[in-house]
Amino acid sequence: MSNANRDVWVFVEQRDGRAAEVSFELLSKGRKLADQLGGSLKALLLGHELGEAVRQAFHYGSDEVLLVEHPELRDYRTLPYSRVVGGLIAKQQPRIVLFGATFIGRDLAPRVASFTRSGLTADCTDLQIGDADYLRREYKDLLLQVRPAFGGNIIATIITPEAPVQMATVREGVMELVPQATPRGETVTRIPYEPTASDNLVTVVERHREERRNKVKSAPIVVAGGYGMGSKKNFALLHQLAQLIGGEVAGTRAAVDAGFITPDRQVGQTGLTVRPKLYIACGISGAIQHRAGMQESTRIIAINSDADAPIFDVCHYGIVGDAAAVIPLLIDGYRERLR
Amino acid sequence: MSCNSIVLVKQVPDTANISGQVMRPDGTINRAKLPAVFNPEDKVALELALQLKDRYGGKVTALTMGPPKASDLLRECLSMGADEVCLVSDRKFAGADTLATSYVLSRAIAKLGPFDLVFAGRQAIDGDTAQVGPQTAEKLDLPQITYAEQILELRDGVITVKRRIDDGYEVLRAPLPLLLTVIADAALPRPPRAKRLMACKHVRSLPELERMVDANSLLYIDTLVDEYVQQGRFIRTLTVDDLEVEAERCGLAGSPTKVKKVDSVVLTGGNHQRVPATREGLGQLVEELMNDRVFG
Ligand SMILES: Cc1cc2nc3c(=O)[nH]c(=O)nc-3n(C[C@H](O)[C@H](O)[C@H](O)COP(=O)(O)OP(=O)(O)OC[C@H]3O[C@@H](n4cnc5c(N)ncnc54)[C@H](O)[C@@H]3O)c2cc1C
Repeated sequence: MSNANRDVWVFVEQRDGRAAEVSFELLSKGRKLADQLGGSLKALLLGHELGEAVRQAFHYGSDEVLLVEHPELRDYRTLPYSRVVGGLIAKQQPRIVLFGATFIGRDLAPRVASFTRSGLTADCTDLQIGDADYLRREYKDLLLQVRPAFGGNIIATIITPEAPVQMATVREGVMELVPQATPRGETVTRIPYEPTASDNLVTVVERHREERRNKVKSAPIVVAGGYGMGSKKNFALLHQLAQLIGGEVAGTRAAVDAGFITPDRQVGQTGLTVRPKLYIACGISGAIQHRAGMQESTRIIAINSDADAPIFDVCHYGIVGDAAAVIPLLIDGYRERLR
Repeated sequence: MSCNSIVLVKQVPDTANISGQVMRPDGTINRAKLPAVFNPEDKVALELALQLKDRYGGKVTALTMGPPKASDLLRECLSMGADEVCLVSDRKFAGADTLATSYVLSRAIAKLGPFDLVFAGRQAIDGDTAQVGPQTAEKLDLPQITYAEQILELRDGVITVKRRIDDGYEVLRAPLPLLLTVIADAALPRPPRAKRLMACKHVRSLPELERMVDANSLLYIDTLVDEYVQQGRFIRTLTVDDLEVEAERCGLAGSPTKVKKVDSVVLTGGNHQRVPATREGLGQLVEELMNDRVFG
């Protein structure tokens, strides 16, 4: 299947009319992909009263904004959004569509991919344009979707050679934010929304939003614990250290699964991506899915009882020892020097 | 009102327990050595379906697509209280990505149904994609509620569900039928019941009976299946011939995503400073970081 269209679309998600940070990150990446393909970058925006979001979409590199504004689209709802987005993609066949791997993106993208029968790769850690051979056929300018694979230190490159539309989701914080000095485009294409009965099958009875819960993403210091911390009680040491040095506590998926820490503080491919000044990894083996979320930290301290743990290959300071014994010494050392 | 549910379940490698045996010397994982487990959120989904049944009546069916080995998972579903189980298994279904998987699952659901509710776990721990639920819903033209945390009410064919969103929660209301994907917090799966556990030990799927026939020339598959069906010990098994599917939409052939290549990551290694785990060593580290204004 070939697709003459070389356009890159980014689904720009919004809450209360404010576009999500991850959408700007995707536009920044989409800009580069579109330049490489020689196509245009289009931001797809659904909602109501989106003036500011539209302006920002241009600021982050869009050539064009596809705008579907209607009071009934003010808040994200699966059925109308997936019908509109799926319909537009099926009709216009962009070469690439990117979604944030958020609660909204992960609800919407698979439904749209199913409708358009497109390939969809979740939680990519890198996206590139490149040629590929597959089953002795050559394909030009494919989207190379890079993601850690289950199984040791393995990175898989996924392609969707035969699908006209290539889709991927990316977590917040993975792609770099690149604002343009001057807005690229100014074309706003308005697309009418015509409600259907089935759009309103699911109704919202109540919606409750809290303040953004944790500051792990923006913290200058992150103290992270893994399964090797052994218990929730030992995890308290991490909280103590973090509080003392002005950091936030985070963890691995194994620590989340063990109930040592809440899922919203998971760092890694399927959690948060952080780039703090200092990352302290305690009792963390350093699996590739975890490293994907922290290896760009300015400095990394690793504490692990196993001298061969892979985390030592990405750290700047390595301490071989029992984390439950080392952390109190760090705390003491810090207190002494504060005086 | 009674409520008939079907629950999508998957057997996954236990990524949480990767032991020494499993790691190859080159740092890759030997999948064959990994224990296979009930995908945790699928188990929660089954629990929710069983709770609904306890409250409102109806029937719970568990459905999996997988290799013959996945029969283990279905026995576990029976021991927890599922009324019926079904294995979808065929070489032609192997190598499926989420799109091909949801296609085959949706055809199987259509064949086994109708159902009031389709349950699935939010995601499977071997891929974390969270795609199969919504894709199955789309293929069946059903509305979906993802990240379901609690079923608040079921009345007159209308369900009210509390679901998680990234900055809080929503309460949604929808008419049945509907597909729900369920998060880990939604329920605590019940342990298997001893009596049921014993009973389902001897339940077998078609590929398992076929293997018995292969090993014993005195057995005939048709009579063996008949026997197991009559004794209520047969796991219904659907192959490509039992489903109305287009072959080119199944398995590897029906999967648009392909693995182009797999790189092992070569870690730079050894480039770091070793800090002794002593009071002095750590004190010096703290001092260095304070001097560099990393903290302090
Ligand atoms: C699809 C998918 C997505 C994933 N996404 C993520 C993700 O986003 N984030 C993530 O973190 N993981 C993720 N994982 C899981 C990942 O592969 C690893 O399983 C996980 O990161 C391991 O966590 P851990 O290092 O805490 O535990 P382990 O690998 O069990 O490591 C524990 C470490 O603690 C050390 N230790 C033990 N006792 C002590 C002690 N007393 N003192 C000091 N050290 C000690 C051990 O030597 C070991 O190195 C994902 C996996 C899959 C399949």
